[in-house]
Amino acid sequence: MNLVEQAAKALVLAPAGIPIPPGILARSPQEAAEACREIGACVVKAQVPTGKRGKAGGIKVAATPDAAAAAAEAILGMSIDGHPVESVLVEACAEIAREFYAAVLSDFASRRPLVLFSTEGGMDIEEVAASQPDALRRAVIDPEAGFSREDAAALLRGLDLGAAHDQVVDILARLYAAYVASDAELLEINPLAVLGDGRVVALDCKFTLDDSAAFRQPELAGAAASDPATELERRAAAAGLKFIQLDGNVGVLANGAGLTMTTMDAIAHFGGRPANFLEIGGEAYTKAETALDLVLSNPGVKSLVVNFCGAFARTDVMAEGVVKAWETLRPTLPVYFSIHGTGEDEAVRLVRERLGIEPFDFMEDAVKAAVEAAR
Amino acid sequence: MIIFRKHHRVLVQGLTGKQGSFWAEKMMGQGTRIVAGVNPKRAGETHLGVPLFASAREAARAQPFDVAVMFIPPAAARDAALDAIDAGAGLLVVLTEHIPAHDVMAMHRAAARSGTRIVGPNTAGLVTPGEGFVGIMPGHNPNIFRPGRIGVISRSGSLGTLVCLNLTRAGLGQSAFLGIGGDPMIGTTTRDALQALDKDLGTDAVVMVGEIGGAMEEKAAEYAAGMEKPVVAFIAGRASPPGKKMGHAGAIVTGSAGGYPAKRAALEAAGITVVDTPSQLTETLAGRLSATQPRAMAAT
Repeated sequence: MNLVEQAAKALVLAPAGIPIPPGILARSPQEAAEACREIGACVVKAQVPTGKRGKAGGIKVAATPDAAAAAAEAILGMSIDGHPVESVLVEACAEIAREFYAAVLSDFASRRPLVLFSTEGGMDIEEVAASQPDALRRAVIDPEAGFSREDAAALLRGLDLGAAHDQVVDILARLYAAYVASDAELLEINPLAVLGDGRVVALDCKFTLDDSAAFRQPELAGAAASDPATELERRAAAAGLKFIQLDGNVGVLANGAGLTMTTMDAIAHFGGRPANFLEIGGEAYTKAETALDLVLSNPGVKSLVVNFCGAFARTDVMAEGVVKAWETLRPTLPVYFSIHGTGEDEAVRLVRERLGIEPFDFMEDAVKAAVEAAR
Repeated sequence: MIIFRKHHRVLVQGLTGKQGSFWAEKMMGQGTRIVAGVNPKRAGETHLGVPLFASAREAARAQPFDVAVMFIPPAAARDAALDAIDAGAGLLVVLTEHIPAHDVMAMHRAAARSGTRIVGPNTAGLVTPGEGFVGIMPGHNPNIFRPGRIGVISRSGSLGTLVCLNLTRAGLGQSAFLGIGGDPMIGTTTRDALQALDKDLGTDAVVMVGEIGGAMEEKAAEYAAGMEKPVVAFIAGRASPPGKKMGHAGAIVTGSAGGYPAKRAALEAAGITVVDTPSQLTETLAGRLSATQPRAMAAT
């Protein structure tokens, strides 16, 4: 889950004591004009959780309230990287002397937090890593020891930060504390700017909340920007199912992420196109009925593969859900089953007796038949 | 200690819960030695004939164990894991999915200090046909698991089950199934599992079932390049769109990292046969085993 810049600054950086410029969120040109009247010369920034705002024209400078209104007028309603712009941040203009980069993220390879700092801010960090490796400092953190001001000073040793050094040390230590307190997957300030008067402030902020920690971060989870999703994807999310709508014509209903991906791969391998990803493994295996309804509601679907291989998930419970849903929805498209694992005998019997369909012995044969039928 | 053995003494955290009870019975039915369970409210009682303790540390004093397996919900997983690690578990099997990442990092940190090997999180468990199993795999189903000489490594429980079923149908069976988990930060990697099966005298060949996301298959390929035992691989997610989490938190392609083409190329460069569908794993393996048979016989 991602927060937009304004929410990340207000809910993550500000409580940690990291300086941010004065700013006001506006949802209309009128509100943007009022905000500018209060703040003075400003930057009007589209609030969408993507890094491509500047290039897309979603960031404009405004010297007067009228200019701020015009900028907001132009930006609100834009769609950037699939995200509709519903609000803008009106933020005081900053006179920038230097730009740094600072971030803390969960590093999957080392299974530890990773602190990154670069004297080359305002750029894509992967480009900096490739073109100016000397400008980038990285520290893998022992989560039990944490990351203190002393650690931050050690990380920065040898870099010329001028008079900003002590402020940067303080901000890095606070950034790590904020990462811990907010269950962040990624907390990034780019740029971390040194202003003309010597103050160091966070001009932009990117924050990704660990999805699995949402239950203990209700405020942050509640403020998360919605993913661009189709109506069916939203319905699935509301039912607690992970559904990704694709543009193919063979519907997929399988249990477990691995088996679902594999079913999609097999559809592509035999010359078809999968219409969706939908996993009903884990605790979700009891939701087969809702799941089938979703798959069949996808307008492109011409045939369906049901591929169950029960380990934790019981195939008899899943098959019962599918059979019940089939009897209620009475779809006319062809469906091909492959069922193995926990509860297999009962599941096969249900499908055979209630739907009059004989499951295939190998998933590849069920997939082949479904691809053929969708042609 | 990644391959489960019948002499391993097992502690089940969350033994008295619905899932804990269901799977503990199945495990014991296959010979798994469950010596203790944890339930703070029922310490001193027994459940399924197994003594219950207030914590893993309490259990360790009265009833030494080698392996701890957790049937514990995400919010309580960190404390349960730290308890098992403090109690000196040699192997900790974490079945729980959706544990907060910061908690997972704390678990790995503690395990590294005390020398505990973590399998998972989000693993379906470990099965050694004929010896026993720990986890939520159908280790009790003889159509799926039979003693054999093929080692299986899988990030996914459902797909791993299908692959084991195919091996059994082909009359090959398994020496060990190693479920390593679908999370992005897991304690036992594909490479660790491959190394364990390479050194296992009961294993003649390895089936590696990978997924898009991360770089574990690439790291395993570095090790596989020096192996003599045949390795056959399937990587799930070739047809998955980039930038989306495909159910498993670890299965996401960002930029060029974690993508299918790079994984396949790395594995093939290491001499691993990569197949397009799960059934081809069995066919390819049967072919490679019969091809290596004369050499193996000449060596003896």
